[in-house]
Amino acid sequence: MTDAGWETLSNQVIAAAGMVYFLALLAHLVEWSALRKVSTRGVARVPVAAGGVPVPTHAAPAQPGVRGRVALFGRLGLLLTVLAVVLHLVALVARGLAADPNRVPWGNMYEFTISGTFMIAAGYVVLVRRFAWQWLAPIVLSVVLTLMMVSVIWLYSPVAPLTEALYSPWLVIHVVSAVLATAAFTLGGILSVLYLLKERRPGTTTGYLARVPALGALDQMSYRLHAFAFPVWTFAVLITGPIWAHQAWSSYWNWDPKEVWAFITWVVYAAYLHARTTAGWKGRRAAYLALLGTATLWFNFIGINYFSTTSQHSYASAPASVVVDERPGQVSASS
Amino acid sequence: MTSTLEPETRRPGELAPRELTRFVWRRLTSMRTALILLLLLALAAIPGSVVPQRDVDSLETSRWQEQHPTLTPIYEKLGLFSVYDSPWFSAIYLLLMVSLVGCIIPRSLVYWRAMRAAPPDAPRRLSRLPDHASYVVAEPPADVLARAETLLRKRRYRISTSRDAGWVAAERGYLREAGNLLFHLSVLVVLVGFGLGSLFGYRGGVIVLVGGGFSNNLTQYDDFVPGSLFDQSVMEPFEFDVDDFDIEWLTEGRARGQARAFVSHLTYRSSPGAKERDYDLRVNHPLGIGDTEIFLIGHGYAPVITIRDGNGDVAYSGPTVFLPLDPTFRSYGVVKAPDARPTQIGLQGEFYPTYAFTMDSGPFSVMGDSLNPALSMTVHTGDLGMDDGTPQSVYVLDTDEAPLVEGEDGQAVRVDLPMGSSVDLPDGAGSVSFDGLERWNKIQISRTPGKFVALGGVVLALVGLLASLFIRPRRVWVRARAGEGGTLVEVAGLDRSGNGDVPAELAAVAAALGLPPTEAEETSSQRTGEPT
Repeated sequence: MTDAGWETLSNQVIAAAGMVYFLALLAHLVEWSALRKVSTRGVARVPVAAGGVPVPTHAAPAQPGVRGRVALFGRLGLLLTVLAVVLHLVALVARGLAADPNRVPWGNMYEFTISGTFMIAAGYVVLVRRFAWQWLAPIVLSVVLTLMMVSVIWLYSPVAPLTEALYSPWLVIHVVSAVLATAAFTLGGILSVLYLLKERRPGTTTGYLARVPALGALDQMSYRLHAFAFPVWTFAVLITGPIWAHQAWSSYWNWDPKEVWAFITWVVYAAYLHARTTAGWKGRRAAYLALLGTATLWFNFIGINYFSTTSQHSYASAPASVVVDERPGQVSASS
Repeated sequence: MTSTLEPETRRPGELAPRELTRFVWRRLTSMRTALILLLLLALAAIPGSVVPQRDVDSLETSRWQEQHPTLTPIYEKLGLFSVYDSPWFSAIYLLLMVSLVGCIIPRSLVYWRAMRAAPPDAPRRLSRLPDHASYVVAEPPADVLARAETLLRKRRYRISTSRDAGWVAAERGYLREAGNLLFHLSVLVVLVGFGLGSLFGYRGGVIVLVGGGFSNNLTQYDDFVPGSLFDQSVMEPFEFDVDDFDIEWLTEGRARGQARAFVSHLTYRSSPGAKERDYDLRVNHPLGIGDTEIFLIGHGYAPVITIRDGNGDVAYSGPTVFLPLDPTFRSYGVVKAPDARPTQIGLQGEFYPTYAFTMDSGPFSVMGDSLNPALSMTVHTGDLGMDDGTPQSVYVLDTDEAPLVEGEDGQAVRVDLPMGSSVDLPDGAGSVSFDGLERWNKIQISRTPGKFVALGGVVLALVGLLASLFIRPRRVWVRARAGEGGTLVEVAGLDRSGNGDVPAELAAVAAALGLPPTEAEETSSQRTGEPT
């Protein structure tokens, strides 16, 4: 197949994957709406250790009919999600094959975003049974779907060869770790939002919020995700980033806007972990700090592109100007 | 006689210098201050990402300053054009470092004592601990305790036993705090490494014509950023020649016209007398000579231009560096001929490696390869302002006293030259010819002492971080005493890391010490998810 053929295939399959994600989301919404009026009260409470595995959310709904519907649509949703993840993977591979020479599909914002959403969805599918994450399905699917739509509508750019500076093994190491940390931080941020929402309505026994894990468990899960993501982010931003920057740009730390914001993000999350482990912050205050971190993280990925034109990471084409050095890395994928 | 004035004269709240110092130190090294300083550091870093920084992009900075004449002096006072070495930014991170040291030292002492201490004795009532279980077994107490010891030792606990009181105390996860301390110490190491680089290092750039050479000497650089304590004697006396330059252009596909790869073939000597070596310099593959590294970061064209003046003498001749404006290598350049008579001659305009023209777009370059090189420049004659000694950029033509040369129709005269041709200027001012084409490489040279200190520091910090996040300190106690119907066994655990996995651990310990399986379920908080 020609490069153009692969590219068309990738675009079509991404659209198809988006459709299937949408169907999966619908299935899960049906599942959850069936449970809407079923109270969680009276369900045998399994003792919950702080931060343990979340309580099973679908425990013993009242009527057998409801139980059947919930189980059916839950399973259907998972099945569709798996299908969508497979399509998503095909689209990514096709995207890589469309480039000449073939490469990892991590050259610009569009590719970065569809790779990141794939990691989120694949991570969910792999871990859903192990951690009993069924209750996360609507959230994960909404996030994946939204980000995919954003990437297709606003971030799309045709396949192009990488700049010289991007032909480096660090592209794989640096970007994978950055995407992984971004995904985990984002999920941690979502759990923090859930925590804050659930905290505002303490007495509910019906509806979605009643069936997400208890406050303590949410808090603990959010902490664990952050504790996982922070070393990965450190690796991406403070080890592989500088090594690569040193090789390509002659200086390991340039105070480039992307670097500055990656550093700011690092500092905010360091403060979060510090507050939790040493100062004993928990619950609401920790959740707000985590959300501050999520905000800086995403501002770094998207927002800073609109505020600064001097970034060596800028994937948006900078206005033509007299530049002495044709800086390598104009389309680098992340900080 | 009573004693003279005693410190009774102190007003309420007044502190003696020593007390004040202690108060400030306590405050500074408190957890809350460290948190505030961390967030303040993040906040203080923001302006540097929005306002162009002189050390990062001096060209962009001066352009911004020209566009904002009112803000510039204010920003200048606030140090906003070099945020990261401004006093207020330095103040924040220095305070943070002091706070860090003040935090590390006492914690190290505490840790030193804790590390050598035996696990604390079993509390009187194990049932008061959040995670506990008690049950009766047939084994005699001594056997239970002996088994508990072996089991906990196998689980890598540190043990202390009191046979008389009938308990085993166990603790593990001592390395968590070590990791924590390592992390904080490593941050200091990174700062030292970073500081070494910015104090003693240097970074400079030079444009070298292909075929030309360079020797590492201050006078040879086009731009040079020395560290604050930079000493010229550390510059290693290497030399190199750019012998050849290869570039591969994509000629088909959507990205045709773009460069795929470029490589510069160097010959270098680490000192003037040393043996010559070859190196193929590419992006991402710097050449290291001693502690200095040489990077290829850009390239472009240098058309060979000759200007003859009104007397027919050669006033200027040679390759002239043009700076690329876009990926097609449409490039901008300036030619100055101050020796031309009767008037000085200056040219400014663009170079197109593969020239093309449409009525809509005007002249443009199809691609970066030099398939049809051409120049299109305007001409200025008069005083180029080069005689009064004020320094001038070679890329800027001072046209204040040198008006644009216009033709008879009142239009600016354009020198549009394909390679190998020449054109006469109007009014017998002279002629311009485009004789050939050379290439240049932009070479960046830097010496960054302390970079491995910084890297080692970050790696150690990561190791420490992993230890402090994932090592889970906990204490377990087992008590066994003879009671009705057998031996009453009590086990209890204390989670010291907030990771919440002590119940599972405790359940495993209890099960191994004879807890019947049905009861185990009640004790354990370990559940597997229930898929629907």
